[in-house]
Amino acid sequence: MYSEKVMEHFANPHNMGELEDYNAVGEVGNAHCGDIMRMYLKIEDNIIKDASFKTFGCCAAIASSSVATDMIKGMTIDEALKLKNEDVVKALDGLPPVKIHCSVLAEEAIKKAIENYREGADQ
Amino acid sequence: MAKKEIYLDHAATTYVRQEVLDAMLPCMTDIYGNPSSLHSFGQRARKALEAARASVAASLHARPEEIFFTSGGTESDNWALRGVAAAQGSKGRHIITSKIEHPAVLNTAKDLEKAGFRVTYLDVDADGVVNVDQLKEALTPDTILVSIMAANNEIGTIQPIEELGRIVKAGSKAAFHVDAVQAVGAIEVNLEKWKDVDLLSLSGHKFYGPKGVGVLFIRKGTRIGPMITGGSQERKKRAGTENVPGSVGFAKALELAVAEMPEESRRLAELRDYLIDRVLTEIKGSRLNGHRTKRLPGNANFSFDYIEGEGLLMYMSMRGVAASTGSACSSASLEPSHVLLAIGLKHETAHGSFRATLGKTTTKEDIDYTVEALKDVVNMLREMSPLYDEMKGAERQCTVKK
Repeated sequence: MYSEKVMEHFANPHNMGELEDYNAVGEVGNAHCGDIMRMYLKIEDNIIKDASFKTFGCCAAIASSSVATDMIKGMTIDEALKLKNEDVVKALDGLPPVKIHCSVLAEEAIKKAIENYREGADQ
Repeated sequence: MAKKEIYLDHAATTYVRQEVLDAMLPCMTDIYGNPSSLHSFGQRARKALEAARASVAASLHARPEEIFFTSGGTESDNWALRGVAAAQGSKGRHIITSKIEHPAVLNTAKDLEKAGFRVTYLDVDADGVVNVDQLKEALTPDTILVSIMAANNEIGTIQPIEELGRIVKAGSKAAFHVDAVQAVGAIEVNLEKWKDVDLLSLSGHKFYGPKGVGVLFIRKGTRIGPMITGGSQERKKRAGTENVPGSVGFAKALELAVAEMPEESRRLAELRDYLIDRVLTEIKGSRLNGHRTKRLPGNANFSFDYIEGEGLLMYMSMRGVAASTGSACSSASLEPSHVLLAIGLKHETAHGSFRATLGKTTTKEDIDYTVEALKDVVNMLREMSPLYDEMKGAERQCTVKK
């Protein structure tokens, strides 16, 4: 049911764990629904220097986290905010219809992390 | 570790054993007549079919005329519910079942609700045992059918069928249907002892028989309509040219399963207990789902805190261990297992379930390998899980307070 790309990312997730020197973190989802995604970002001069994740969820959630953190590394935060769940799905060579919400979580987790970062920066 | 392949999903389905295949093959190549035909080709097929029926009856302590071949457990369950509803719907409109039945029963019951029947879904306790008092209270003169499974497919809990049967018969005129798909071959299924059971569903591929063949036992005198109409096969109760090879294979597999059951069940229960003991002692934050002792000899079902079942299942599969999960993420509905919710598990715990079902090929080495792989995978998924962080955080807080 999963693409080879999904299985690749699931078998060897990239950027798994907590960044040592992150300065932005965003968490979305809840345990009741079975998915929690937490993204850690290291932002310098509005550029995402590094990204990582911790995820409680299925194969698709883990693969989405892995590929999305890959994708945003090196992006400006404005570019990262434009990342859509469709981009994540595309990068994974597709997701089964019932798993599309996993890619949405990835998009939202990135947005949440950046939002938290900006709120912190304002203060 | 060397790449292994270990199959711990025997409750989903399993292989056809050689003796069964040997019995079936001639019915495909040589004995190919239609049992309804009067010529010698037909009559040879008729003879093979009736011998299979007699053999099934003997294995179950029933009469041959009470054995009806179907396409499998799902058809048998559908037939039991819909057939009784059709034949007795004018007598009563109430059906009782439990919250942990197989979808073949539950979704059929829901369908009958749409057709105007009232259905009571009995609760189960934390071990998955049906609430007996609730059954007593639920029975009314309007009740036409009670359907309770002999053993649960997910958590393995065995129901007190004799006791439930007595209660049904003492409190109503309802027919008593038992889904014994997981039970037969694993525990004793004797319809002389289970004298209050009127209908019993079986499926061939759960005990090393072929897929696509099942049985509905209909005790003599039980009022039930046909579900599949057409020709007059199966005493005009189940139309369609009989599956002779399937029926012969079913009978052979059942005969062997019943004969080997005492010894094989003891062997499996020992392996199961070894697996359960190792997991519960060696993996923190694990729990056993289902009754500790009143459970199918080959069934172990665990929940692991802070992790999700589909990932667990797939990482185990990459390590060569094939099992199953009640996780929502593995189902199209995205709802976790109705069975795990019915025994009171929280959603997040129900998401992290892992079912291993043992079979004839399972060895102690397989269990050892599985436990080591489980420890690895659970550990890895916990490292990945934000929930695990929170738990560790909470532990830290506790220490500070002391």
